[in-house]
Amino acid sequence: MNSQEWKFTSKDIAATPDLFLSGHRACAGCVPATVLRLVMKATRGPTIVTEATGCMEVVSAIYPYTSWATPWLHTAFETAAANASGIEAALKIMKKKGKVKQEHVDVIAFAGDGGTYDIGFQALSGAVERGHDFLFVLYDNEAYMNTGIQRSGGTPHGASTTTTPAGKAVPGKLQYKKPIAEIMVAHDMPYVATASPYYWRDLLTKVRKGLEVEGPAFLHVLAPCPRGWRSDPAKSIEYSKLAVETCVFPLWESVNGQCQLSVPSRLIALAPQKKKPVTDYLRGQGRFRHMFGPQGKKLLEEMQLITDEKWQRVLKKCGMEKQP
Amino acid sequence: MSSNEEGWKEIAPAGVCSKSSKLFLTGDWKTYMPIRDKAKCTICLTCVVFCPDGAIHWHPEKGDIEFALSFCKGCGICANECPTKAITMKLEQE
Amino acid sequence: MKKLVKQERVAMSGDEAIAYAVKQSDVDVVAAYPITPQTIIVEKFGEYVADGEVQTEFVCTESEHSALAASLSASATGARTFTATASAGLALMHEMLFVTSGCRAPVVMAVANRALSAPLNIHGDHSDSIAQRDSGWIQLYVENAQEAYDSVIQAFRIAEDFGVMLPIMVGLDGFTVSHTLENVETLPDEVTKEFVGTRLLPNVLTHENKKVPFKLDPDNPMTMGPMALPNYYFEFKRQQDEAMKNALAVIQKVNDEYAELTGRKYGDGLVETYRLEDAEIAAVCIGSTAGTMKTVVDELRQEGIKAGLLRLRVFRPLPVEEIRTALENVKAVAVLDKSLSFGGNGGAVFHEVRHVLYDSKAKPYVVDYVYGLGGRDASPRELRGIYQDLLQIVNKGVQNPIQYLGLRE
Repeated sequence: MNSQEWKFTSKDIAATPDLFLSGHRACAGCVPATVLRLVMKATRGPTIVTEATGCMEVVSAIYPYTSWATPWLHTAFETAAANASGIEAALKIMKKKGKVKQEHVDVIAFAGDGGTYDIGFQALSGAVERGHDFLFVLYDNEAYMNTGIQRSGGTPHGASTTTTPAGKAVPGKLQYKKPIAEIMVAHDMPYVATASPYYWRDLLTKVRKGLEVEGPAFLHVLAPCPRGWRSDPAKSIEYSKLAVETCVFPLWESVNGQCQLSVPSRLIALAPQKKKPVTDYLRGQGRFRHMFGPQGKKLLEEMQLITDEKWQRVLKKCGMEKQP
Repeated sequence: MSSNEEGWKEIAPAGVCSKSSKLFLTGDWKTYMPIRDKAKCTICLTCVVFCPDGAIHWHPEKGDIEFALSFCKGCGICANECPTKAITMKLEQE
Repeated sequence: MKKLVKQERVAMSGDEAIAYAVKQSDVDVVAAYPITPQTIIVEKFGEYVADGEVQTEFVCTESEHSALAASLSASATGARTFTATASAGLALMHEMLFVTSGCRAPVVMAVANRALSAPLNIHGDHSDSIAQRDSGWIQLYVENAQEAYDSVIQAFRIAEDFGVMLPIMVGLDGFTVSHTLENVETLPDEVTKEFVGTRLLPNVLTHENKKVPFKLDPDNPMTMGPMALPNYYFEFKRQQDEAMKNALAVIQKVNDEYAELTGRKYGDGLVETYRLEDAEIAAVCIGSTAGTMKTVVDELRQEGIKAGLLRLRVFRPLPVEEIRTALENVKAVAVLDKSLSFGGNGGAVFHEVRHVLYDSKAKPYVVDYVYGLGGRDASPRELRGIYQDLLQIVNKGVQNPIQYLGLRE
């Protein structure tokens, strides 16, 4: 069943049995858990999952308990994409030798910031260059949350983390968020997309598209972490909506290098008055609290500037930059 | 639980897990619990979709949802996202 | 007595012999990264793939760390997997070595033993794999290209045995064995294929309460490589240690079976004794140096000196009984170490042989000769000097327990 035929009504999603099971030990309000639950609901048949070390790996497999109704392998922090490469290669050759019963098995690799932006990047880049048929899903909570909220390559500029605290001399992380999805597009890979769990239909469609692609696919999903973002757990999904509405996290997809804005972001591109100020997103997140203090005005202006520059870049890439 | 843990001769190699996490009830984590006003609920199933713990179940045969409080951690996402504000989070009485 | 199979003699280097053994062993996945002096293994294998001579997925990974991760994952999916590396590559795999043995994946790896940096050195010594002796991998060290060929074929059988299920590394001396052409007796394809057989999988109990084959299979989902808290981790490690103990007998059994087929055996599979039965002085060594030592022993015997040699073919699991028995009546033992544990009072082989002999009835003198680091050659004359020293030691006791052979002072 391909993404065109499959139904995305909430009733169909709700009726699809969970493959990422209840009873995992994620924090209350953990959106990476929602992301994994939803991604697994979009699977189309036999699937093998592999994961990098990180929050989702640790909460879902604490011996003897497992939250995985699919085959699941964890080896190390760097290795989500390398694992996927090995599994895919094994399935390929064993199928040729008549040792695999299934017609086709999808391989999904999950990783957080560390396992994608930083320590896992080499394996990801290599696996994509080699063209393995797998879907790589980055659940981006914008820091190394599992080990205690340390900064990652995916932590946005200005965020306070435990290794880049907003202190008296330095106001949070000085560096910028690595444009990981754009880097993956530059690998000339078949499918890259960004997604936000609030826009769950869009997310599920993109998961399906990624699985259907023959070759590597990369999905960058923003996944708010109330613990690390020091925000209200109840608002975790709302933040994933605000991120899109403020254009902090634009939604787009790249099919063989052709980029297209996804509907939630396209609506804003076509009606720029709908674009919310970045403060709507930053407010209420403890990691940006220092920007709302007396010294913060300049920082907030900077955040708006960064967001706008990035938004323009995305618009240009998707062929939707404003005509003068 | 601890007195029943297997010795090294019994456990499966490579840490192959022997129990589904559905046996691990995380419901006792919560401080607040969701209370649904059925009159306001339109069965849109948004809460079912967003729950990080899959703790709200859709029963098509009943045409209704059920809150699996034994897994609910009381995060409040369901209440926050409900379009009709049919869910409120109340302090769990012990 | 069963008739020996007809073999074909081919001129091959150790690396080529290994590539050929892998070619014949119905390997499903080879995931590797090139590093001198292992490169010929992967290049040769690349040729087999390009010519359509093997049914194997050849994954040229972007680093050794990923090579082992991919090998482990392929193995976890049920595939028979092989990889190869050396020196820095093995060092880069360090984390994954422990993960592979912890996941009980019977990956076979050839290690063209080479010195570790810094300074950079591409020549042969044992520091790379000796440094990994705690990783839970079975370690076999070969003397020549013939043994490299034979041992890789045997390795699949050893690793995949249900009582073992551990990864195995086969070490061959960098350049000395990896690159030197020798006559290698090779088996016909179908004979090797039958000897290694198809990879069989033991059954494990999963969270669905089913006992199913140990592999990632959507029909029978299982979770591999979870987190294990202090209340469980220890038991998994104990299992690995038990598997190592089981490996001792399995290695011997496979050695015997192979001998019936080919007429070639390597001692009892674990250790090879050379003129040790009545030896008064003996040396213990690993790898190709044993070849030179055997010549030295023969010379000494001609002169009436009761010299002998013990070659450790297997270093992990440590063949405790075999070492103790072999050196039972020897008065002075010189252990040769082609690696050095800095600040550890000698090399690892010395430490382990000494600890084994601590419990023997007659306590021989045991001394250490660190040699050959960075591929420095040890001449027959220098090696003979070791036995000369042992003769002195028998009479006068030990002056220098640890010496550096061939070092410029």
